[in-house]
Amino acid sequence: MSTLPLKINDLTVAYHEQPVLWDVDLSIPAGVLAAIVGPNGAGKSTLIKATLGLVPAAAGSVEIFGQPYAQQRKLVGYVPQRSSVDWDFPTSALDVVMMGTYGQLGWVRRPGRAQRELALHCLEQVSMADFAQRQISQLSGGQQQRVFLARALAQNAQLYLMDEPFVGVDATTERAIIDLLHNLRAQGKTVVCVHHDLESAPEYFDWVVLLNVRTIEAGPMAAVWTPENLARTYGGRFHTLQRSPAAEVVG
Amino acid sequence: MSTMLAIILTGVLVSSACALLGCFLVLRRMAMLADAISHAVLPGLVAGYFIANGPNILAGFLGAAAAGLITVLLVELLKNTRRIGGESAIGIVFPAMFALGTFLVSRYFTNVHLDADAVLYGNIEFVNFDRWFIGSTDMGPQALWVMGGLCVLNGLFVALFYKELKLATFDAGLAAALGFSPVLIHYALMGVVSVTTVGAFTAVGAILVVALMIVPAATAYLLTDRLPLMLGIAVLCGSLAAVLGFWVALALDASVAGSIAVMTGVLFGLALLWSPTHGLIAKQRRRARQRLHFARQTLLVHLLHHEAASNAAAENSVQHLSGELRWTPELARRVVETALRAGLIEQDAELLRLTAVGREQAQANLQTRALFTSAAVA
Repeated sequence: MSTLPLKINDLTVAYHEQPVLWDVDLSIPAGVLAAIVGPNGAGKSTLIKATLGLVPAAAGSVEIFGQPYAQQRKLVGYVPQRSSVDWDFPTSALDVVMMGTYGQLGWVRRPGRAQRELALHCLEQVSMADFAQRQISQLSGGQQQRVFLARALAQNAQLYLMDEPFVGVDATTERAIIDLLHNLRAQGKTVVCVHHDLESAPEYFDWVVLLNVRTIEAGPMAAVWTPENLARTYGGRFHTLQRSPAAEVVG
Repeated sequence: MSTMLAIILTGVLVSSACALLGCFLVLRRMAMLADAISHAVLPGLVAGYFIANGPNILAGFLGAAAAGLITVLLVELLKNTRRIGGESAIGIVFPAMFALGTFLVSRYFTNVHLDADAVLYGNIEFVNFDRWFIGSTDMGPQALWVMGGLCVLNGLFVALFYKELKLATFDAGLAAALGFSPVLIHYALMGVVSVTTVGAFTAVGAILVVALMIVPAATAYLLTDRLPLMLGIAVLCGSLAAVLGFWVALALDASVAGSIAVMTGVLFGLALLWSPTHGLIAKQRRRARQRLHFARQTLLVHLLHHEAASNAAAENSVQHLSGELRWTPELARRVVETALRAGLIEQDAELLRLTAVGREQAQANLQTRALFTSAAVA
């Protein structure tokens, strides 16, 4: 596809007249693993939610492969923050993954064997096939995150938007997520992740968006990831962060 | 049809219609909103009566559905002011709506059938006398037809939109992203709840309809981890409460509606105590088992630490356990007994020694630094 997977023009989002995102312009090319990086309150999650139409934009527009999101839903996979749902919900891991196929099914049509097999296949890709029938509250945090990733895979999208997929996961899951991201890139898909950890960002991603209410800088990791740009993004706080990057991870 | 059968059947239909929706209300944590709707539909009923110029089922239902949706809308609007939290918003809207209803009834309809007692407590005892006629043909008790219709409506609603209801309840964000508007689903559910409430009025009244919506669903939630089973169990629980409630009321000469609601509470209490997965007793047992497991691992590590020391004889005696580890003699005895049975230790008079297996486990515990390895607990 020649058009950009994600193009954001002059996007402004405000909560009660307080701008959370201000005049954000952004172009993400196809086939990259992009990280959205910035301090707390920079509007990272809001950027993803506004892209998906989950929060209203005060101004600006979003194009997914050249069209508004509402017409391109089937091309976009979404991984919300793990803490955004109630894991005591009475359902199994497999059932959660099948929810990824609901968009293709549309209203009223029920998932059948094809969806079930696709969901199982997606669980296999995140090494969770053995837990398919497990009640979701009995999964560890990392396993729950992998179920969410499998669900996004089941959406069979071209562009994936992920909200902090690495938060609070164990080393096995972290490895599994990275493998998965590389796998998606190898298939020519585009991934945009909100990412908190400054240490691992240049290692995991090849494209970066430095965000702090406005886009500070965006481009290939090698060109954009400089101390000057990070200092511009994080303001004075960056120096403390450099000394103890772990603080940001914990926070 | 006998009066008894008509009453029981009405009770079962009311309970089933309510329980189906109740499952989603419980999972969405909206029990209080259902309570609000059940009271707030009153002005809608009155408006329906007024517009149709007399008692008319369809006008009543439409009015009630509108009033229910207005209630939900007002609650949402109040919440958005951010000065008033969710519970307070409900607390402001529903008394206002209910008061408006009682005001209208007392001002304009003092001498009609729409009396406050019937609205509050229902009159399931009399279902057999309120009959539906087409022309001069007696079709049977009207409440049976109404509740049967509502059961079908709710059954269809849940069956057709099961996938959408589940997704919007579990993950509203993904539902919205996929194009299944959670707002639309929310209002649709609330509309069906409003209509069901009106139907249930006839049988159990505004106060008790909430019990039928919420309690059987909450009971089912304690008994299963699967949504389809939860729906089934909730309907069964509600129906069981209706049948038991009727017989208890008959035996004790008490209010049928009250008795049914009490039965839902009794069934909930039983589930809360005895549910094999989420019951208090099962949880207590599980905790006791974990405590014993933890104590056993502590014992193994303790024995390992001291087995080579010169004072091993003193440290690793049974008596020492209750002294130094501050275990009651009873706990010490049980820990030693289960460890012996599991072949983790051996006893030589008062002295305890690790077996090869026990030593291995103690060392593994030290290495992982976790007395609870998941394998050991399972």
